[in-house]
Amino acid sequence: MTEVLLSAKNLSMRFGGVLAVNNVSFDVRKGEVFTLIGPNGAGKTTVFNLISRFYTATTGEIHFQGVDLTHAPPHQIASLGIARTFQNIELFEHASVLHNLLVGRHAHRSTGLWSEIFFTRKTRAAEIAAREHVERVIDLLDLQHYRDSLVAGLPYGVRKVVELARALSTAPKMLLLDEPSSGLNVEETGDMAFWIKDIQHELGITVLMVEHDMSLVSKVSDRVLAMNQGSLLAQGTPAEVQNDPGVIEAYLGSVDDVASLRRTVSAGAGVAL
Amino acid sequence: MRFIFKTDYAQDVRLAKHGGHVFWYSLLMAAMVLAPWVLPEYWLAQLTFVLIYSIAGLGLMLLAGFTGQFSIGHAAFLGVGAYAHAVLAAKGLPFPFALALAAGLSAAVGVVVGLPALRVKGIYLGIATLSFGFIVEEVFTRWQSVTGGNKGFHVEAPNLFGWKLESGEQFFYLCLVLTVLCTLAILNLLRSSTGRAFVAIRDSEVSAQSMGIHLARYKTTSFALSAAMTGIAGALYAHKLQFISPDQFGLLQSIELLLLIVVGGLGSVHGAFLGAIFLISMPQLIALTKDYLPPAIGMAPGLQGVVFGVILIAFVLFEPLGIYGRWLKIRTYLQNFPFYRKGMFKRQKAFQKSDRLS
Repeated sequence: MTEVLLSAKNLSMRFGGVLAVNNVSFDVRKGEVFTLIGPNGAGKTTVFNLISRFYTATTGEIHFQGVDLTHAPPHQIASLGIARTFQNIELFEHASVLHNLLVGRHAHRSTGLWSEIFFTRKTRAAEIAAREHVERVIDLLDLQHYRDSLVAGLPYGVRKVVELARALSTAPKMLLLDEPSSGLNVEETGDMAFWIKDIQHELGITVLMVEHDMSLVSKVSDRVLAMNQGSLLAQGTPAEVQNDPGVIEAYLGSVDDVASLRRTVSAGAGVAL
Repeated sequence: MRFIFKTDYAQDVRLAKHGGHVFWYSLLMAAMVLAPWVLPEYWLAQLTFVLIYSIAGLGLMLLAGFTGQFSIGHAAFLGVGAYAHAVLAAKGLPFPFALALAAGLSAAVGVVVGLPALRVKGIYLGIATLSFGFIVEEVFTRWQSVTGGNKGFHVEAPNLFGWKLESGEQFFYLCLVLTVLCTLAILNLLRSSTGRAFVAIRDSEVSAQSMGIHLARYKTTSFALSAAMTGIAGALYAHKLQFISPDQFGLLQSIELLLLIVVGGLGSVHGAFLGAIFLISMPQLIALTKDYLPPAIGMAPGLQGVVFGVILIAFVLFEPLGIYGRWLKIRTYLQNFPFYRKGMFKRQKAFQKSDRLS
């Protein structure tokens, strides 16, 4: 469990005058579920986009299994073994669920353009192999019922699962989940927690996720990293991070703030209000 | 209602999904093969035009309907194919070689035009391709030593290694064979990983990229294939008309091609054919109804343009899925009778998209 899969060193990302990520370093160990938490605008999704290379870090480095990702082209990330989901679901809307999952096999493509135009025996075999692989993911996530439906007509909760399935179809070593429980009801969140555990234990995939639902975070995470306004606040087990004074301050305000607020309200109730 | 029980993966990969497909498409092929014996010469010529426009439509459909890259200058590729083929054929090159070279040149031009597509999207790509169309038309006009300029260029009958396809029937069969080949190529592409990559780029570039799709490479491939196919249509078009001049490949032709795919049904292979049938039969229908209209309207110049425009607007407003989409609705209605729901084909508003990251 101690082998480091992904390591970010002194990562910073500046958008004009905004420092979205400020000198953040962390290591994700192989086989763990590592969660980023923090208030809105803390820079969690920016970290994801830095890893998927939609953004280029202003300073700092990202290494994945010893490979330097800092300047790798974004389409290479999938073949290195990193797959991701998006906060606001980015599926291929006007295609079937199966089609979406098969796109997930793209990084493992073995056929050339001409072989596909003539649909040679090799292409046929590759297509069937891709379907066999995808079918396992469909089985795991119980999507059999939706296999041939168009994504555009599916309910939100199902789309969320389809997106997870698409990411799993790439057979990743590491999965980035951007708010897997957002928009899901309690039961669906429970399923999600169950699947994340399954993915970790049965498929042996390392999970890096951004999540707001603290019950889900403490249920599945091995380690948690808290961020606020781009900077790292605390890192450790879910319990450690939840009791960190800095984290409590970021979410609820400082102890002094709360105390002084209380004083103002009780002492000056008659005067101020 | 038809239920297809899939028992192995090969069934999913196969082109014909069920017996109905085999039956109806065989019937269609048989009808096409018999057409020269049944149809009078004039209608056979119209059918040949339908085939030629279908190939061009397939080309544009691949680019606009499946990859989501709109081109408002596609007639330019038709022109490049037509002129390249005509010039090479006039030099005595046999038809297959001239056609392959013309398609290759068209593809090369497509790659060049595709380059801006890597940087610009949507309406801006439209404008880039539109201006490209103007440039190419201008080149055809000015490069008189090769194209003959506005005087036009005379095209001989196709020469298949000394065997000249002089008659309309022979040429019809040539077009039929090429149409079938192009259709098969597109269908094969769409059921394998490149075609899926195109559709992925159309629907979400961000996640296509995160699935390992090299955007620049696939957009360029799509432009090249689309241009090559349109170039093939251009070569056939040149033979059919036996005379080409730059004004045949102008903006109006480009818009007709766009009309073809939108009316036929964006994002479907059937749409290219239905659109081509529409595009060729419409002028005939207009000519037929002209006599019954009051002279002020019937004799008005530009009547066809107005009718085309109105139809395009009507389709965009009322049936964005085109003729093929309408057919799908009717078919579903009949299959599910009496359980068809009104909202069955209604597309849900796409959920809020994440920042486009670009």
